[in-house]
Amino acid sequence: MLSDARGPRSGDNGPRHWRNVVVLWTIASLIMVPIVVWVIGPGLPPGNGTVEASGQVTDNTVLLAIATPVALAVLVYLAYAVWAFRERTPEVFVDGPAIQGNSSVQFWWLVATTVIVLFLAGYGSVRMLADGAGGGQGPSPIATPAASEGKPVIVQVIAQQWQFTYRWPQYGGVETSAIDLPTNSLVKFEVTSLDVIHSFWAYELGVKADANPGIDNIAYVTTKGPLAFHVRCAELCGVWHGYMFNQGRVVPKAQFTSWITSQRQADAATTKVLDPFSKTYYPQPLRRGG
Amino acid sequence: MTAIAVSVPAHRRTGWQKLIGFNMLTGILLGIGGWFLGQLIGDHITGQNIAYYSTEAGQNDIAILLGYFLGVVGFLVGMGFANYPVKRLLGYPPALAERESEAGGLFRYFTLSTDHKVVAKQYMAGIGVFFFVAGLNAMLIRTELLQPNVHVFGANQYLTLVGMHGSMMLGTMTSGLLGPFATFLVPLMIGSRRMAFSRLSSFAFWLLMAGEIILLTTVFFGGFQTGWTGYQPLASQGTAGYDAYIGFFALVGLSMTLFGFNLVVTITTMRAPGMTWSRLPIFVWSAYATAWLMMLAAPMLIAALLMAAMDRTIQTSFFSPGNGGSGYLFQNLFWVFGHPEVYILALPGMGIVLEIMVVFSRKPLWGYRLAVAGMLGIAFLSWFVWQHHLFVSGIDADLRPFYMLSTELISLPTGFIFLCAMGTLWRGRIRLTVPMLFCLGWMFNFLWGGISGVFNSDVPSDVTTHGSYFVMAHFHYTIMGGLIFGFFAAIYYWVPKMYGVKLNERLGKIHFWTLIIAFNSTFAPLFALGFMGMPRRVVTYNPAWQGLNDWVTVSAYVIGLSMLVFLFNVIWSLAFKREPAGANPWNSKSTEWQLPTPVPVHDFEEIPTFSADPYPYGVEPAPVAASMRTAVREEV
Repeated sequence: MLSDARGPRSGDNGPRHWRNVVVLWTIASLIMVPIVVWVIGPGLPPGNGTVEASGQVTDNTVLLAIATPVALAVLVYLAYAVWAFRERTPEVFVDGPAIQGNSSVQFWWLVATTVIVLFLAGYGSVRMLADGAGGGQGPSPIATPAASEGKPVIVQVIAQQWQFTYRWPQYGGVETSAIDLPTNSLVKFEVTSLDVIHSFWAYELGVKADANPGIDNIAYVTTKGPLAFHVRCAELCGVWHGYMFNQGRVVPKAQFTSWITSQRQADAATTKVLDPFSKTYYPQPLRRGG
Repeated sequence: MTAIAVSVPAHRRTGWQKLIGFNMLTGILLGIGGWFLGQLIGDHITGQNIAYYSTEAGQNDIAILLGYFLGVVGFLVGMGFANYPVKRLLGYPPALAERESEAGGLFRYFTLSTDHKVVAKQYMAGIGVFFFVAGLNAMLIRTELLQPNVHVFGANQYLTLVGMHGSMMLGTMTSGLLGPFATFLVPLMIGSRRMAFSRLSSFAFWLLMAGEIILLTTVFFGGFQTGWTGYQPLASQGTAGYDAYIGFFALVGLSMTLFGFNLVVTITTMRAPGMTWSRLPIFVWSAYATAWLMMLAAPMLIAALLMAAMDRTIQTSFFSPGNGGSGYLFQNLFWVFGHPEVYILALPGMGIVLEIMVVFSRKPLWGYRLAVAGMLGIAFLSWFVWQHHLFVSGIDADLRPFYMLSTELISLPTGFIFLCAMGTLWRGRIRLTVPMLFCLGWMFNFLWGGISGVFNSDVPSDVTTHGSYFVMAHFHYTIMGGLIFGFFAAIYYWVPKMYGVKLNERLGKIHFWTLIIAFNSTFAPLFALGFMGMPRRVVTYNPAWQGLNDWVTVSAYVIGLSMLVFLFNVIWSLAFKREPAGANPWNSKSTEWQLPTPVPVHDFEEIPTFSADPYPYGVEPAPVAASMRTAVREEV
């Protein structure tokens, strides 16, 4: 095995490099983590429009705050290694020391990464099981809101190529093409599709749930104050997928009640001829072309 | 340099006479014949009931799929793949030395060759062509996205471009690293003279090429609108262009299965004396781990596509909700294949990066066992994560914490690979050659791919990122930033051995720097676009996002330019300059570089005996393979 007595680089074998990397990494982390948490964090999606959306912002901030020192460790190390260990005499081929590994470094690396990973998985699971985080949970949700939150406003989201419509079973089964929601209320979305797979993505609400034909996909959200939100289809559903979007509003409760009442009256004739309200629908297959 | 020319054909043909016989020309002619035969039979089967069997008026899906099938059969027969079995069946002795010689020059690259080095170069050229075609699709996609509304292509052409870009990249690049490099290097590295099944190597390659051509034919049938994932039931209502998708991915799947099988058997059984498992070069380990995934995952895809084909033709209802089928079935089958698939793309890159970093740090691989454990760990865990693609799909949610955990666990073995790469740099003598730059670029890009993956694996965060540009940016960082950077590292590093010619260093450095800057400038803003709410695969978007999209498009053009620099480098260096590389330009201590350049037809004069670790840096003298090194020294 080659010794480290290589003249100009004989100073390399001390712990100096380790110390330098650790110091640089600590400085970089001390600068970046506060920036991530207090400057970037509040701007992370999807905003603070609803309880679930705020929860996602918190989660994104936590993930980013943990990821920052990890990424910095690799980046600082890489930059330092390339600078400190670059070949200064490329004319001659000289080998580096025959280091085969270092079991204590390997051990502590494994411990550190395992701790981080288990924390992330545990944290994510706890957060998800708390309120469902606005995601579609299928017909039998595992994260249901506490009974104290009262009865939810139920909105059935019906996706088809290429539009969303909304059906309100608590308001006589009226079907609307616009969506308004009351403020400070628990809302239960029941998402289904008439043809292919779509995905109901109400960005500012922090809600995303795939719309499958024949499936009742449930997502909960608790609204806060008034809000305008975008609804987009997030699953490729055919030619006009890109055009499948609209907007909705979260409005004060009184305004919501008057809106849904007027919708009910205006659409009374149509509601009568609609299929009765159901969790899912099986229309005649329409060949609208993919 | 001694070329051991064995079994030179007794009657050497010249000029046009070469074209007669079993080769690509015959294959193409018989393939076209097979297509028309399939049409004929298909029309006969459906007869007057064509409307019942077709997804679109006037399109006969049975005839199209039969046409593809018989076309491929005709092509393979024309290539000569039926010769051996037919001869055996008829009782004739098989011709074992099929075209395994240097006779024939360039022409042998258009035939069935059983020389693994020829097959590797065939892979290199074939994959190169379709890599550029798929890359061109990406340029067209970005051109359309210059404006928030449709302005160059219609929505249908746009989605077809998206689907073709995705399918062709994924389908081609699954063999993109192992095809050229494992086929060439694994036998050399383990001290074998060939792959375990030489004819199968060639078969897997030509199947892939047949598949690529089939995918291109989709433009004659209205394209397909499903993206590379081909979700049902959208696919069942798609135009006949989707039949091309089925044909393409089924052939890619078959090609992968056979290739993986071939590699597993080769590495398991063909190792030279002394080449124990703990002496395998790390690239061979990565090929081994990948090969298991290829062999076991791809059949799942073939099964799913067969069911899709039956749904479209003979009106079964595997994926038809309301008739007893389920779209979830396709999503599950597809991702049980699809998630190992992304590691099929990533793992060989990891092997290549570690293999090359060793040479240009001039140190042994740091933590060899840890790196092996990392690769096998990734391969194993990749089977248990697929439902993270379906977090908001409405599949019963009980297993979500499990899939979150398993997905995040996979960052442990990935971390091993990073640690080994970082440890290898430690106190090394780092030479920033072009391959080494691409390896460092790989580490930089894959780091962001991994970090962003944590957001996708976390359910609350995934509610926003799923189906958005964030996911798109994530997998481009892992696949393009990982696989493609590994691909170029391998090209710059091994082309001197494969082709005996050096690639221009200065052009290589220009290529690297423009690529890594343009790559990050293209894909980093896509994270932001995803966070702002831009869904994938849309032809229109919120006008507020136009500035960022234009920035991305211009950066993508720069990626295109850097690829042109590379193409120029390849053509200039290989066709015009032809600066001989010598046997070992990098002064590497790996086995393959101890062989003469070009590598003789039968690789080794005698099978070498291995007696030491694969990376004898910093140890004197370097004990690679005693017998082989003597042979080389005598020649020098």
